[in-house]
Amino acid sequence: MIVEVRGLSKSYGPIKAVDSMDLDLDAGEILAIAGPDGAGKTSLFRSLAGLVEFEDGEAKIAGYDVSSTFDRIKPTLGYMPQSFSLYPDLSVEENLRFYASLFGLKKSEFAVKKDRLYEFSGLGRFAGRRAGKLSGGMKQKLALSCALVHDPKVLILDEPTTGVDPLSRRQFWEILFSLKKSGSAILVSTPYMDEVGLADRAVLVHQGKKLAEGTPAEVIGRFHGTVFRLRRTPTADLMTRALEIEGVSARRFGSSIHFYGPPEYSIDRLRDGLAGAGLPTDVESLQPELEDVFVQMMEE
Amino acid sequence: MGHVVSIDNLTKDFGKFRAVDHVTLDIEQGEIFGFLGANGAGKTTTIRMLCGLLLPTSGTGTVNGFDIRKENEAIKRSIGYMSQKFSLYTDMTGRENLVFYGSVYRLGRSALKDRIAELEAHLKLSRFIDRLTGSIPVGWRQRIALAAALLHRPRILFLDEPTAGVDPVFRRRFWDILYGLADEGTTLFVTTHYMDEAEYCRRISVMHDGRIIEIGEPQALIRKYNQTDLQETFIHLITHFDRT
Repeated sequence: MIVEVRGLSKSYGPIKAVDSMDLDLDAGEILAIAGPDGAGKTSLFRSLAGLVEFEDGEAKIAGYDVSSTFDRIKPTLGYMPQSFSLYPDLSVEENLRFYASLFGLKKSEFAVKKDRLYEFSGLGRFAGRRAGKLSGGMKQKLALSCALVHDPKVLILDEPTTGVDPLSRRQFWEILFSLKKSGSAILVSTPYMDEVGLADRAVLVHQGKKLAEGTPAEVIGRFHGTVFRLRRTPTADLMTRALEIEGVSARRFGSSIHFYGPPEYSIDRLRDGLAGAGLPTDVESLQPELEDVFVQMMEE
Repeated sequence: MGHVVSIDNLTKDFGKFRAVDHVTLDIEQGEIFGFLGANGAGKTTTIRMLCGLLLPTSGTGTVNGFDIRKENEAIKRSIGYMSQKFSLYTDMTGRENLVFYGSVYRLGRSALKDRIAELEAHLKLSRFIDRLTGSIPVGWRQRIALAAALLHRPRILFLDEPTAGVDPVFRRRFWDILYGLADEGTTLFVTTHYMDEAEYCRRISVMHDGRIIEIGEPQALIRKYNQTDLQETFIHLITHFDRT
């Protein structure tokens, strides 16, 4: 394992941000972490990136202890913080060059590296543009490029795609897949459940603790209950009636209404309920999604 | 049915750069309208013109019946606006922020107190309203920002990425509140990068390079382009758009 975390705890005063967390990450693996705001994701990442000291537990990256030998880890680790950390007045290329100089790249090394980074990021045609003038998606690609300038084997990315449009998010993940292919280990947090589904493994955290861990399919398997869909526009009137049906909870879901019931709740029982409420009965069963698991676990 | 927003060939240039390019749009009262587009497509510039914060280079339009070229002060008073970067004062409590914004809207003291109590109950703010907004989770901060935007009972609310970075539980609750507002007749004009949220909208438009390249009901658009969901439809539209 290229990242090994055992019993890591990090407190801020009386608040335990990370509560004895264990985590393993292998080379060539993408691990996605999702959890509500304040769940401890950023504190965990900052602890691993050597930015804050944690009071308990152990973390090793590439075999080196994070607390005592962080200098040995630096060349291995690329960290992308949640907030935009580039110099808005510097151009795209100047930002890259700055990070390259921090990691001691020679001029000739930078020239080669720069072309490779432009190749996958598509930032080459914006090389002279000031970073502050880039669109949201481009900024995030530049921040990732800066974190990659020294060829790190381990990447820690704190919500890299927040506020980024769907196409740019897809392109960003294509970059992550190519990094994974070349053997990088990637730890990434995200509020988008579709991205969690793209990772090799997913961890749901809440109040500093792991609630669930596994492949996305395994995490979805933790959902207990049934999901049904009624394809009708959820008007106020329809919702009022749907909410009266016993044993299930009704939610608006885009242009449909979703019903959530306990595991034994059958579609026939729901049909009876719908008929009793004067609603159409042509419901269908749905497979739960990651977001359903997330919501269920957080509401428990 | 009158249109709350009606714009015709709205265009905005910044120097040689055309940020918004002949945008035409009608929004009905009580509609939830999703205003989608890639980063940098011109959404925020359009919203700023609709909110009376920026004058168009050319084109005409009305918001709440007021002319966006001549009556922008009246527009500002009649609309609600909330963005992801909504400037709540983080060293003040939620309630203090609401009192401050209420005074900006010139609400009388007792009317403001009643309105805050009403919003506190309606948006379930009690747990956090008397804490410093800088010290509460983002999801709650967004909700107090929403309350601030609703203080003066606007008929239309502009929401610019109101849920960026907010977790799924909070996003669902936030949308339950938005549905409630729409049921009461408030028009909602929303930008978002979450395509599941876009599906909650009655109609959506997709903006690309300053133009609206598609508009319609989410399910109809998914069918039209033969895609599995709205995210795929969005990506399809942006990548296949040929500027001719």
